[in-house]
Amino acid sequence: MAKVLVVTSGKGGVGKTTSTAALGAALAQSGASVVVIDFDVGLRNLDLVMGAERRVVFDLINVVHGVAKLQQALIRDKRLENLWLLPASQTRDKDALTDEGVGRIIAELRTKFDWILCDSPAGIERGAMLAMRYADEAVIVTNPEVSSVRDSDRIIGMLDSKTVKAERGERVAKHVLITRYDPARAARGEMLSIDDILEILATPLLGIIPESQDVLRASNVGCPVTLNNVTSAPARAYVDAARRLMGETVDMTVPAERRGLMNRLLGRRAA
Amino acid sequence: MGATAEAKRQLVRMRGRSYVAFVFAPEIPIVGWLEEIDATLARSPGFFVGKPVVLDLAALDLSRAAITHLLNNLEERSIRVLGIEGVEPEKLTTSMPPLLTGGRSCVITRTETRTEPAEKPESKPKPNSLLLDSPVRSGQSIVFTDGDVTVLGSVGSGAEIVAGGSIHIYGTLRGRAMAGVNGNASARIYCQKIEAELLAIDGYYQTAEEIDVSLRNRPAQAWLQGDTMKITPLN
Repeated sequence: MAKVLVVTSGKGGVGKTTSTAALGAALAQSGASVVVIDFDVGLRNLDLVMGAERRVVFDLINVVHGVAKLQQALIRDKRLENLWLLPASQTRDKDALTDEGVGRIIAELRTKFDWILCDSPAGIERGAMLAMRYADEAVIVTNPEVSSVRDSDRIIGMLDSKTVKAERGERVAKHVLITRYDPARAARGEMLSIDDILEILATPLLGIIPESQDVLRASNVGCPVTLNNVTSAPARAYVDAARRLMGETVDMTVPAERRGLMNRLLGRRAA
Repeated sequence: MGATAEAKRQLVRMRGRSYVAFVFAPEIPIVGWLEEIDATLARSPGFFVGKPVVLDLAALDLSRAAITHLLNNLEERSIRVLGIEGVEPEKLTTSMPPLLTGGRSCVITRTETRTEPAEKPESKPKPNSLLLDSPVRSGQSIVFTDGDVTVLGSVGSGAEIVAGGSIHIYGTLRGRAMAGVNGNASARIYCQKIEAELLAIDGYYQTAEEIDVSLRNRPAQAWLQGDTMKITPLN
């Protein structure tokens, strides 16, 4: 049974694309066939994070308009053979997407893949609406700060009203993924705590991804963080989140950076 | 027969009484005016059936023949003319409706039930409360002007609830709550935790800045005392 999962947030820059790539790769590593779709038409990034930018020939808009077939636009990942990318067009904008076209593509992908991950653009306009339109599940990416949490709240409201499932009277399964979490700053009260976020959003937690340089490093080399440095804290957190998506029960911990002995002995330099 | 003739003579008593009638004031050209009538009839056939109609010809100077022609035209459209006003008596023949005088303008109250489809079954009384069993999210606006709104869950920052009656929130109120919007000054706002952006009752409002910080994060209610808003803890 194929599952359509939208990765969304409302606010920009919280880590939707990074999370889509990392979760997609983690799901694919477990053996499932996965396609990640970039809905950010005009400002595409997922191809870069996946390291497939030099192999894009056809894109989502071409398929929506019937210029290309789905098979022509899908790009297979070089590292995982059951991970695919459907890139967005960089030369068009979100108005080039049509509800009917997106519905047709999703229906076709459902017959071929176990997981269909839709990387939503920021905002609440057409691109974001169509990314969530056919979703069965949603991952709401949230940073521990008030603006991000409020935007997430807004997006949750839309998931409950603007999706096909909601219109049929069903519910989109929703999960909150907290990214860029810094335990030290949260302990000092400089960030919203996990409890505060969950209390405001009233939605189950999928995982906590710690703030880490590994995420940036992985993006820069065009590799999902879950493939680039498997032992890094964010990679382990994403793998745990992916396992929860597959229905496993995994203890909720905030993976910390593993520090070497010398680091522990000489952690802080005195003034 | 003779017996009845012998009976006491019945006096015919005349009383004056005024009635409400539709007044038609035709305009020149008459043909164009009749087209307007036809358009009205096309929209609601039978609109004039059984209605008393008076013809006001004060604005026109029609000959007897023209008046006859106009009356015939109206009759063809099943419009019966009760009387005519605004014309010299000598222009009217005995076969025409009588001349009326002393008309006064009034508002016509619509009492047409016969043209409506058969009596509708007694409709249920409108519900006077609204229950929401999920959180109200940022950006959502719940407007219910017929009565109370109850929310089982929180009201997010940037969300708003507008109620004709009171507002009850079993959760945290982080958004805006406007109660008693139809001028109901006795409406109240209750919530389990108050972090509201704005509270309003019957148009009197307080913003987050004006709400006493000591109340924050506590169960509270807001009500109106005269034209001041009171917010007090609930326990």
